[in-house]
Amino acid sequence: MKLEVYINSIGSVSVQKTFDDSGFLDEVVDYEGTSVKAVDPTYRDYIPPAAARRMAKGLKMSAVSSHNALKEAGLDNVDAIIVGTGLGCLGESEKFVRDLLDNDEQYLTPTRFIQSSHNTVAGSIALDMGCKGYNFTYVHSNISFESSLWDAKLQLENNEAENILVGAVDELVEHHVTTHQFIDHIKKEPVSREQVLRSGTKGIVFGEGSHFFVLSNQKQDTTYSRLIAMGIYNTLKKEEVSDTILVFLHTNGLTLEDLDGVILGINGDVDFDTIYQDLANGIFQTIPQFVYKHLSGEYDTASGFGFWMANKIFKTGKVPEVIRWNDIKVSQPKRLLLYNQYRGKNHSLVVLEKC
Amino acid sequence: MNQGVAITGMGLISAIGNNVADNFASLISGTIGISKISRIKTVHEHEIMVGEVPLTNGELEKLLGLPADSHSRTPLLGIMAAKEALAQAEIQDISEYRTGLISGTTVGGMDKSEQYFYDFYERDLHWNHINSLHAGDSTQKIADAIGLTKSFVTTISTACSSAANAIMLGARMIKSGELDRVIVGGSDSLSKFTINGFKTLMILSDTYNTPFDEHRKGLNLGEAAAFLILESDAIVSKENKKVLAYVKGYGNANDAYHQTASSENGDGAVMAMEKALKVAGITPSKVDYINAHGTATPNNDLSEGRALLRVFNENVPEFSSTKPFTGHTLAVAAGVEAVYSVLSIQNNVIYPNLNFKTPMTEFNLVPETQLKNKEIKTVLSNSFGFGGNCSTLIFTKEA
Amino acid sequence: MSSDLKQELKEKIIEQLNLEDVTAAEIADNDPLFGDGLGLDSIDALELIVMLDKDYGIKLADPKEGRKIFESIDTMAAYIRASKA
Repeated sequence: MKLEVYINSIGSVSVQKTFDDSGFLDEVVDYEGTSVKAVDPTYRDYIPPAAARRMAKGLKMSAVSSHNALKEAGLDNVDAIIVGTGLGCLGESEKFVRDLLDNDEQYLTPTRFIQSSHNTVAGSIALDMGCKGYNFTYVHSNISFESSLWDAKLQLENNEAENILVGAVDELVEHHVTTHQFIDHIKKEPVSREQVLRSGTKGIVFGEGSHFFVLSNQKQDTTYSRLIAMGIYNTLKKEEVSDTILVFLHTNGLTLEDLDGVILGINGDVDFDTIYQDLANGIFQTIPQFVYKHLSGEYDTASGFGFWMANKIFKTGKVPEVIRWNDIKVSQPKRLLLYNQYRGKNHSLVVLEKC
Repeated sequence: MNQGVAITGMGLISAIGNNVADNFASLISGTIGISKISRIKTVHEHEIMVGEVPLTNGELEKLLGLPADSHSRTPLLGIMAAKEALAQAEIQDISEYRTGLISGTTVGGMDKSEQYFYDFYERDLHWNHINSLHAGDSTQKIADAIGLTKSFVTTISTACSSAANAIMLGARMIKSGELDRVIVGGSDSLSKFTINGFKTLMILSDTYNTPFDEHRKGLNLGEAAAFLILESDAIVSKENKKVLAYVKGYGNANDAYHQTASSENGDGAVMAMEKALKVAGITPSKVDYINAHGTATPNNDLSEGRALLRVFNENVPEFSSTKPFTGHTLAVAAGVEAVYSVLSIQNNVIYPNLNFKTPMTEFNLVPETQLKNKEIKTVLSNSFGFGGNCSTLIFTKEA
Repeated sequence: MSSDLKQELKEKIIEQLNLEDVTAAEIADNDPLFGDGLGLDSIDALELIVMLDKDYGIKLADPKEGRKIFESIDTMAAYIRASKA
């Protein structure tokens, strides 16, 4: 008998003021650019100065979002920590490489190298709270977070753990942005928050953020939703996407009619948004459609923002205007499908149900 | 209840051989792969020793029929090993069953990123490598090379226990019925980044590494790729597959002690071994051979040794570290040593812990220093990494 | 009074180790740098070894040597003076 998987708490630091959990996208942060940074909380409120002095941005953001998630769940410790990150604390890796090249491999310091380990966030959180349990880090581009979710789901369903802290984090780094502009993965021309998803140009606006959640097989007062089903596909031909989604729903005993909304990873890259558009005009045509990457920016774990948003929708019962993609209205949605892909690869499907 | 997961194929490329058979021949004949560094130009060339795969990228690309300068080294090594594993498991149609690929890596395409870090700004000649820094990119390139589409493909990076965790996840997914078949392991290439990083931690030896020796001076970095094919019992019986060995137990725990060092008493290592024994449903006395992490750093060998004494109650079975042969291959160390563990079971042999002379003062633990023949039914393999990450795998002859 | 070298070491340590909330005046010459004193750890020790190399041309081969040298500002200054003599 498989146990249920609940999302019991959320924590987020992002381009929006999500670290403050009191509202839900009430004031939207606007921008105009090709990359956009996270809104920083007052890190000193969360991290002792002695600890903060060696912390990369990804670590700091994660200290806040993981702290908020644990606090809301009422936990001091968990049975496992699973983190997804496309590139880890990339800023430190970049500085280490720069130092290495500029100084001909001399006078390099260990801190930057240590923080360059992809698992430094999961390891540091474990160290801070003294969590000796299972500790994994997934680093597979834009399914890093979904791989973490899947792993947690397996453990909770099989009762191998009761509470798992699952996270998603990536940081914005100059070298990464500039070089990816060369190859049109990131937009060359600045674009505004309002325009980005309909920009009609190549590439995306790069963002950053950290999103943590406590997943559990025990429902409690704070519970947001239930994780019903997941799918991950490394590659799909454009024409296979619709059928794959229909088969996925069918395999999990669901139909399109069961969905009160779909959250799409549309990111404003003219070359690859057609995959979403085909769905929006096709199998999802009669379903309310929501978007978020104009609010979060695009990065490997931006889907963590989408996951945060889905849970906020359930908890508040509200659907902010700023996330609506089509005109079909819905109030108090009960079941949402999240679909994401990046550059036509690493497709993920997640179904959440309100609790 | 404690049914193992069948291993039906293996592939491996390391400093002591381009395939599984050559690796085994080197282990048996005592041929090591540690030398002065030749492939990477570094100012530290006289201060370090490494375990390099002798083939150049160009040679690997030629062997694999890939265009020149199309891949970083991590996926090239990975494709070599993955293809060998699929061939041994006699898999012709990769999409016949629900098949996954789970790979561990630390550097991904860092070798190219560091090489062209400034070059990217100067000219567009190497822009094909810009996006290859992603660890996941190397795994996707392996998936492409073996024709794996519409599948569960992911990458784990938990420093030096990555491949152990990839094997663990694969075994769990087969057991839970999420996949029918999964290719698990890892790939990591040497890079200036890694060499200099370990250099800053002052844990690189300037000579041959000597695990569990009182006078050990640190580790030798290595590079390798290793993959195993795990298959469900249903496939094994339907296709009458030859099973090489079973993944019987696995455990991961966190030391939660220090960012890079292991705790004095090896708490995390003890927990990982105890979890693995519990999953396997066996007592410590059933373990016939331990392939230790044994990196030859002062800290690891002391911590691991103490952990072994705690788990095995002073009755530690024969153990050795094979890192004097291969160097420490980081993310893929557990993959290399998984293949060696299976070969140990198949051939009833314990590998020597080379370069050992003087027992450590802290305890009376002496690794096997000579090749030894003994019936091996159960092997325990340890791998520990930065971030306090501790993993143990248990392999058995019988399910 | 702190000597120039000692004052310089305090400032360099604060900078190298990013000790934002500490001022040079707060570090006494004989304060323990590790453990109960300034609270530095083994990674800081490695950072200080790089500092010795970069700023004073002193190379340590074994990180264990650092333990005695980095006991306090006094011991560090004495070691640097002795190495340069």
